[in-house]
Amino acid sequence: MKKIFSRPRSLKKAVFHYCPGCGHSIIHRITCEVIDELGIQDRAIGVPPPGCSVFAYYYFDVDMVESAHGRGAAVATGIKRAHPESVVFTYQGDGDLAAIGTAETLHAANRGENITAIFINNAVYGMTGGQMAPTTLLGMKTTTSPFGREDKYEGHPIKMSEILAQVNGACYIERTAVNSPANIRKTQKAITRAFRNQIEGLGYSLVEILSPCPTNWKMSPVEAWQWIDDVMSKEFPLGLIKDTTGRGDAH
Amino acid sequence: MAKILMTGNAAIAEAAIRAGCRCYFGYPITPQNELTEYMAAHLSRREGCAFIQAESEISAVNMVYGASVAGARAMTSSSSPGISLKQEGISYLAACQLPSVIVNMSRGGPGLGSISASQSDYFQSTRGGGHGDYRTIVLAPASVQELADLTRRAFELADKYLIPVIILGDGMLGQMMEPVEFKHEAPSALPVRAGALRGAKGRHSRFVRTFTSNPAELEEVNWSLFRRYQLIQKQEASCENYLTEDAALVVTAFGIAARIAKGAIKQARALGLRVGMFRPVTLWPFPSEQLKELSKRAKYFLDFEMNMGQMIDDVRLALEGGGDVSFYGRPGGVIPNPTEVLRVITRVYHQKGLNQ
Repeated sequence: MKKIFSRPRSLKKAVFHYCPGCGHSIIHRITCEVIDELGIQDRAIGVPPPGCSVFAYYYFDVDMVESAHGRGAAVATGIKRAHPESVVFTYQGDGDLAAIGTAETLHAANRGENITAIFINNAVYGMTGGQMAPTTLLGMKTTTSPFGREDKYEGHPIKMSEILAQVNGACYIERTAVNSPANIRKTQKAITRAFRNQIEGLGYSLVEILSPCPTNWKMSPVEAWQWIDDVMSKEFPLGLIKDTTGRGDAH
Repeated sequence: MAKILMTGNAAIAEAAIRAGCRCYFGYPITPQNELTEYMAAHLSRREGCAFIQAESEISAVNMVYGASVAGARAMTSSSSPGISLKQEGISYLAACQLPSVIVNMSRGGPGLGSISASQSDYFQSTRGGGHGDYRTIVLAPASVQELADLTRRAFELADKYLIPVIILGDGMLGQMMEPVEFKHEAPSALPVRAGALRGAKGRHSRFVRTFTSNPAELEEVNWSLFRRYQLIQKQEASCENYLTEDAALVVTAFGIAARIAKGAIKQARALGLRVGMFRPVTLWPFPSEQLKELSKRAKYFLDFEMNMGQMIDDVRLALEGGGDVSFYGRPGGVIPNPTEVLRVITRVYHQKGLNQ
């Protein structure tokens, strides 16, 4: 019998601890598929953050080092500069990359650090119990915006990908989502490009992924997928945001 | 090699390069900028080396974390307010047992304080500094030559015990020029440290982390760290005894304060006062046994620090009530001259009746 579906080599044989309907497990899996496809399992070094994905090293079968909250881009910079043959990726949430780690992220991009950032945007702080994130939408109720996020009091959702696109050292920025088979395939393609850019030495690449958090959004997984289409992607439009690699294979 | 005239800051940088440091990450702050500038000149365009002027001290120490986890000898430097920012990273370095060297050319505080030399970071340096139950080795040089020698030692100790090592200098040591001799040539390449993350080639993948959801597991980590700390306390505590053989009064001082005290003690000796000095070279581990030993023949101590009294706690703990300890401190970045210290020595000497 022909085998048509199996666990990627760089994904450990472990049961994900993530909530039902969470985007992390999908993103872990497709990232591992990309690592396999590019044949970089023995060169890859991952930098997971504090937060729900802090245990990413239980799932990725590549070398990994935990970063302090928000410092992933600086840690990845240190690894890549000390060991340029490695393929270094950060795995960061919205609180991590767009709040506490804004400076590290922006300046790593500006230096054109040859690293890959996988940026999971689910509009909340997940692990701490659903507090307001820098990317929380206006009107959205969280435990720390109980009246709904209002610009006058809590500011606007921040669009890190658009900000990073202004920075010369960033060569590739794309926003995708994992709320449908088609979007998951697009996300995987974008992650592939972000890794290939690094392998070819082109500079800083980032894929922002709109990812469902049914638990903290207080929705069913199906409703969460729908909400990304109906609401979240209106604020954070999907698609290619920046590409200076000149490869022309963007979708 | 012949002696050359150098600032303390540049001497640290040169000694670090000669110790095999290939990765340096810094951020400008007075009075340690010559160190960062020296590293920029010598590492930023060199093959196989890394120099980054980071966007903050926090980023710089996290780059050290990354470079160290990848197996490189890595260093950062700053001065007091910047060292406060690095404490988050130092806690992670300690937790992950990553060898690294952090230089603090300290200045007056609290707050932005002053840019003049001070010793007010003794507590921060010797009590861990950041969150969590950990220690760092702390070396306290008192001359430019010793800055160079202890920089090399810092890298060796960091690798030997898998621990962050702090070099606690001050703005005066960093900026003064003295003749210095470098006894070692830079190695062409260092072997990659075992356990470094370089990609899972020919082995299983590894991970380095600090977080665990199981308190019992973290307790094991804490116990194992403290077993190593006990070993360091047993093996690495070092000090200098200066004219303590016959001393009736022993001045305890570290770093630049010890240098000033030495001048005062010379003058006191010329006046016929039997004064000596005990200078810890390692602030952590504090040379408690050596000081306790000394207290068998000397009963009177005068602790002199350029702060409001921080090392004095360790002096008293070491003496376990077995000595009479006076204190003279000058905070704020004020640098007293030896004559001022002599005046205090003379007063204490007479008040305690040591002239009889």
